Amino acid sequence: MSMSLVMLVLIALLYSAGVYLLLDRSLTRVLLGVLVLGNATNLLVISSGGPFGTAPFVGRSPEAGMSDALVQALVLTAIVITLGVAAFLLSIIHRTWTLDREDDLGVDAEDRSVRRRLERDEQIDEDEFDTTGCESTSDTDDERAERAAVATTGGST
Amino acid sequence: MNPAPTVIESLMPLPVLLPLLGAGLALVLAGRPNLQRAVSVSVLVAVVAISAVLVAGAADRPRVVTVGSWPAPLGITLVADQLSTIMLLTSMTVTLLVFLYAIGQGTATDDSRTPVSIFHPTYLVLAAGVANAFLSGDLFNLYVGFEVLLMASYVLLTLGGTRSRIRAGLTYVVVNVVSSLVFLAGIALVYAAVGTLNLAQISVRMEAVPAGTQLTIHLVLLTAFGIKAAVFPLSAWLPDSYPTAAAPVTAVFAGLLTKVGVYSIIRTETLLFPGDSVADDILLVAALATMVIGALGAIAQDDIKRVLSFTLVSHIGYMIFGVALTTPAGVGAAIFYVVHHITVQATLFCVAGLIERLGGSTSTTRLAGLAAASPLLAVLYFVPAINLGGIPPLSGFVGKLGLIEAGVQDGSVLAWLLVVGSVLTSLLTLYAMAKVWVLAFWRPVEQLPAEHPDDADGNDDDALEPADDGDDPDDHLDDEDDEIDEVDDEPVDPESLRDGMDQRFPVLIGAGRAGEAYAGSGRLSTSYSGAFMGAGVSDREDHGSPVRLPRAMTAATAGLVAVGIALTVVAGPLYTLTDRAAADLTARTPYISAVFAQATDDRVAR
Repeated sequence: MSMSLVMLVLIALLYSAGVYLLLDRSLTRVLLGVLVLGNATNLLVISSGGPFGTAPFVGRSPEAGMSDALVQALVLTAIVITLGVAAFLLSIIHRTWTLDREDDLGVDAEDRSVRRRLERDEQIDEDEFDTTGCESTSDTDDERAERAAVATTGGST
Repeated sequence: MNPAPTVIESLMPLPVLLPLLGAGLALVLAGRPNLQRAVSVSVLVAVVAISAVLVAGAADRPRVVTVGSWPAPLGITLVADQLSTIMLLTSMTVTLLVFLYAIGQGTATDDSRTPVSIFHPTYLVLAAGVANAFLSGDLFNLYVGFEVLLMASYVLLTLGGTRSRIRAGLTYVVVNVVSSLVFLAGIALVYAAVGTLNLAQISVRMEAVPAGTQLTIHLVLLTAFGIKAAVFPLSAWLPDSYPTAAAPVTAVFAGLLTKVGVYSIIRTETLLFPGDSVADDILLVAALATMVIGALGAIAQDDIKRVLSFTLVSHIGYMIFGVALTTPAGVGAAIFYVVHHITVQATLFCVAGLIERLGGSTSTTRLAGLAAASPLLAVLYFVPAINLGGIPPLSGFVGKLGLIEAGVQDGSVLAWLLVVGSVLTSLLTLYAMAKVWVLAFWRPVEQLPAEHPDDADGNDDDALEPADDGDDPDDHLDDEDDEIDEVDDEPVDPESLRDGMDQRFPVLIGAGRAGEAYAGSGRLSTSYSGAFMGAGVSDREDHGSPVRLPRAMTAATAGLVAVGIALTVVAGPLYTLTDRAAADLTARTPYISAVFAQATDDRVAR
């Protein structure tokens, strides 16, 4: 299979942009990431049909010079599916907004409880060996500081 | 004995068609719950019956239908070989029983309000998607089957639109969309390499493709299916999203969705890329990691639904182990294990739903004395639990034994490691199950760590905290402050909101209120976070009105348990069947020649 360089570069660009957006905490960006990734994949499917030719209508042009019609059918299906998923994601994001007035992916409750357990264990250790370490205590007292702490650890792992 | 071939082949599209038509009808009948229920149940019963006929029909050779009589490479091919029919029958039986459970849950909550029910149609669409994935003989049709069942699962998972479900749903949707895109990219690569998407044709043409390209395509497809099947490095989404859904939804997801991924992996490994040792070694290592890490995760959890989600991940490892061995013995044991695991895991999640109803929670730190409160429930939990743990003579033991035998036969270092790993995982699973049993069922109610603020985050270690470091008054105080802070601004807020949301956005499960599926926890949390009650059971008993187990739900669960036991009883014949299926799969020729024989167009065999 041969593939035009422009398409290849475009697909690579879209994939990297899509992955970058997908990793964001903002849900709208996640949605955009899904859309961009979907388009990158669609372009990949289109290029998998070989070099582009004329429109695949029998009788309008010689059969040898036609584009592959199958990949176009596949992409059409994929576009419809992506559209449906995007609509569903949008509705979920809207629901998150009505619930929380927030566009960010919240901190996971389980993550937080693990984090708290960890801090408490550390605290016990520190109490046994050292009485000065109170940094983590101030964290647990303040919900926001804790959120931030979890966010940073979540980002770094 | 066998019906005429034309009958079998004309029945084949029905497991996909009937649920889809039924879904449309159920949507139209949304205002008439009784009629809707009758339609949905009869559709599923019919599908189960058809699947049983198909199992008999595909026993001697794979059956092939080209939809619309277009020759194979142009039209959509449906293939029913032994693997797909066994999977179809098992999954549709479980689907039906879980559906009866859901109806039981709907009627048990008997709410007078009857809002529009989207549960039935969505559930049927899910069944259609699963059936389509199993019967598809074409890679793109498999993708479409996946998308149909995923779309339905998105809706089912976020049913009710509460805060926790929306949050879990987001993770689930995004992860699955990404896996679908990886799958689609894999399809593009396959098409670019071999110029067809028909599975049989790919398997013939793939041999001419350079090994490096083959490996790339293979790994892309495995990544996509690995996410859907929740194989270890790709499994983190599952325990986060499943436990929040309604009990029947979780049960059917646990039974079916990951198994469709496993099914796709079996097809990829046996039909498309047989004898790829690099990928097989990767799969073996992934299987080991999935088993052990999943089981360790299960032990660390307090909430029964989360424990079960982790055992689900852990036992996917067993199936991948069998598939990655690629010997007929290994694949046969893996198929047997899939059948066993679909049933037992769905049963356990149904039981978890019953526990939630009776005890008001699924957290082992809040439950006690269930065995005394309901011996029936105890039996319903105990049988599948030890079955999952692999106690002889139950089907879990038979499956594990088969896998271990296949591993020993293989004899490589990696295979031996996996044999050790699977024995270890079996013990760890048993430990996790026994822990739930001892805490929730055997422990007397008086032993509950009562009268302690219990936050709703599921951070249940807190209840034990004062006992641990009670000698240090400062620390203890700190702890208390922390707790009260949290109870004041975090848990109460979402819970009461969640409850409020229920009333504003009522959605149906069966004919009752959708919220009820988890409302046990929702309502209890609201009342308890004020009163700081330790246990649901003791509270309810104090008020002299013990919650009865709803009859229909219990009956459906008992049916599932019975299916699990039946699998043990017919383990011998079933094992012969799966072994034959595996022999056909590893030989590959029956599948390929059946598809090519169907194709009248000679372009196919080119």
